[in-house]
Amino acid sequence: MVPESYYTALSAILFTIGVVGVLVRRNPLVIFMSIELMLNAANLALVAFGHRFGAADAQVLAFFVMTVAAAEVAVGLAIIVTIFRLRRRLSVDELSIMRW
Amino acid sequence: MDAALIPLLPLLVVGGTALLVIVLDLLPPRDRKGHLGVVALAGVVMALLVSLGLWGREGRAFRGMVVLDNFALFLDVVICYAAALVLLLSTDYLRRNDGERGEYYILVLLSTLGMVLMAAAADLIVIFLALELMSLSLYVLAGFFRGRLAAAEASMKYFLLGAFATGFFIYGIALIYGATGSTALDRIAAATRAGTRDPLLLVGLGLLLVGFGFKISSVPFHMWVPDVYEGAPTSVTAFIATGSKAAGFAALLRVLLSTFKVSQPDWTVLLWVVAVLTMTVGNVVAIAQSNLKRMLAYSSVAHVGYMLIGVVAGGALGAGSVLFYLLVYTFTTAGAFGVILLLERGRREAVDLDDYAGLAGRHPVLALTLALFLLSLIGMPPTAGFAGKFYLFGAAVRSGYIWLAVIAVLNSAVAAYYYLRVVVYMYMRDTEGLPTGPAPSFAGRLALAIALWGIFQLGLLPAPVLDLAQAAVAPLLR
Amino acid sequence: MNLVVFFVVAVVAVASALALVLRRNPIHGALFLVVNLGCVAVLYLLLSAEFLALAQVIIYAGAIMVLFVFAIMVLIPGKEETGPDPLRPQRLLALPLGAVLLLEIALILKSSVFQAAQPVAPPPALPAGAGGIETVGRLLLRDYLFPFEVTSVLLLAALVGVLALAKRKAG
Repeated sequence: MVPESYYTALSAILFTIGVVGVLVRRNPLVIFMSIELMLNAANLALVAFGHRFGAADAQVLAFFVMTVAAAEVAVGLAIIVTIFRLRRRLSVDELSIMRW
Repeated sequence: MDAALIPLLPLLVVGGTALLVIVLDLLPPRDRKGHLGVVALAGVVMALLVSLGLWGREGRAFRGMVVLDNFALFLDVVICYAAALVLLLSTDYLRRNDGERGEYYILVLLSTLGMVLMAAAADLIVIFLALELMSLSLYVLAGFFRGRLAAAEASMKYFLLGAFATGFFIYGIALIYGATGSTALDRIAAATRAGTRDPLLLVGLGLLLVGFGFKISSVPFHMWVPDVYEGAPTSVTAFIATGSKAAGFAALLRVLLSTFKVSQPDWTVLLWVVAVLTMTVGNVVAIAQSNLKRMLAYSSVAHVGYMLIGVVAGGALGAGSVLFYLLVYTFTTAGAFGVILLLERGRREAVDLDDYAGLAGRHPVLALTLALFLLSLIGMPPTAGFAGKFYLFGAAVRSGYIWLAVIAVLNSAVAAYYYLRVVVYMYMRDTEGLPTGPAPSFAGRLALAIALWGIFQLGLLPAPVLDLAQAAVAPLLR
Repeated sequence: MNLVVFFVVAVVAVASALALVLRRNPIHGALFLVVNLGCVAVLYLLLSAEFLALAQVIIYAGAIMVLFVFAIMVLIPGKEETGPDPLRPQRLLALPLGAVLLLEIALILKSSVFQAAQPVAPPPALPAGAGGIETVGRLLLRDYLFPFEVTSVLLLAALVGVLALAKRKAG
């Protein structure tokens, strides 16, 4: 048996890598993939906790998160494609002048 | 009607209208979609009336995942007012900007549905899904004008930062589930009352607050606000500033006040700091803006800071004055953006400060209207802004947060500078160029009239509405 | 045995996540994300969440990642992120920030939950095969019917939104 705390620790690591990825990268697609990493880490934590409680609720919750992720991907990629039609380069910093 | 469905009634009205508009969108006429706006507006007004009619009733549906209480109903009213004003302002604006398509109305209705659901949700997973429903629709609406780079950039920025916030939000839910074994708000509340202060729970709450911070745009999670407010179509900006903020505060208040009551000392300290930072950063940066939409964006950040004061103060007065202020802010901000959206210079919107020079000479009525909304944003009597701030700051003083109230008053004084600058431009500068706009449509004038009625009604007779707002938060404080 | 599998999979998962963040080429990143999602699917199996493991492979690795790869192939010819980074100092701040976040979460996970044994409201024990499709399906359409319906509206909103963005102007 693997203790659930191992899973939650792993999920914390993955979540943090996702957060750092969002902050460090410039390409919107890579940022978006890092966000997927975060959602995935949250799902792993949910399922691990659910396993500890012996409840299947967590799996249902994780399933909802997956659905939301799918909806987000559809909308997000549509937005990114739209912007690419207008402009041939794609980087968050160039998107707009970050003025105060 | 099945009694079990009554708590869902406002949701069903908005959702049903959305489905109706989807069907109507497929029918001719293909090139004119103004009638869809009328249908959408009728649905929202209907939801508003239903919410008012349900006032005082309580109920739950679907295993307590959706609740009907005065809190949800009060916010339904705020959200429906915001949606109705936005719809009134939209039709003509869309036509002028060549963006009249049925999807606009569908998405406005679907995001309204998400907002109404956020106010009524009593389970973290439902709050999460409602938040996503609202946000996804708004991401698209922000980029609704195709072929405009600024709009597309606004949409993408809003989307990426919103999705980032979603990640924090869902991880927070996961940790809270891990600490309590449930996502239902009442069961989490029971767990917090029974158990000790579990660090897992507090970190979970902290991550939830990051997610909420993005949605209500509090510092330091406000960086998307200026670009999105500037780039999005002005009608959508108005909706983001009013409706989505009201919905965010609705879920935030429900989670903090009823579920995490036990941890109040912890989150109060945190929110004290966030409130001060939010209003100060918002106001100071707003001074430097020459673009009116950008200025109002930072002003909206500052107003979030004021509203957080009410959350910090807590109790029926504090939370009630937040609700009251949300209503005030909805009328005022929707009105201010409404005037901006009616003005044009050449073929583009009049958004620069210079465009407003001498406006009083050309459009005396619009100039006066905008001046009144700006005065309400400053908080001048007898407008609603004064009453709203008076209650918020008063609640802070009553709860012993004297310094918070002092900082807030100083901030309001700073804010007066940049609002009055616009008024000075309108009334004291000479006309430059020929910024003429089209005559406002009937719907546009109606929207502005309703917003003006709102700020004077709430400014002159605030007490009854404040009583209602306090009655609305009562179910959370039990 | 499970422990060995867990550690192997965990190492691959962390390595692929790091590779996603560190590799410059987005298409490599996408492939590493697929590896990562697959690893998590294996972990779901270890946690006896069979349905979720299946959904993970079909929805995430199957549908979502295909969209991603498609978008990358269409949009980005060659490599990206070349040239000087205007916000470099600001980005370097992300690393200590991430470290603090990780430390915090790790400390908390270690300290509290797994000593305090019982959840406050222990749910009833589930029959064997709790992760099976039957149990999840029952929960999904009975206890969680309302969020399930909300999800359908959410997907509708996504559909309308994508149409609004992608549809070419009629006529």
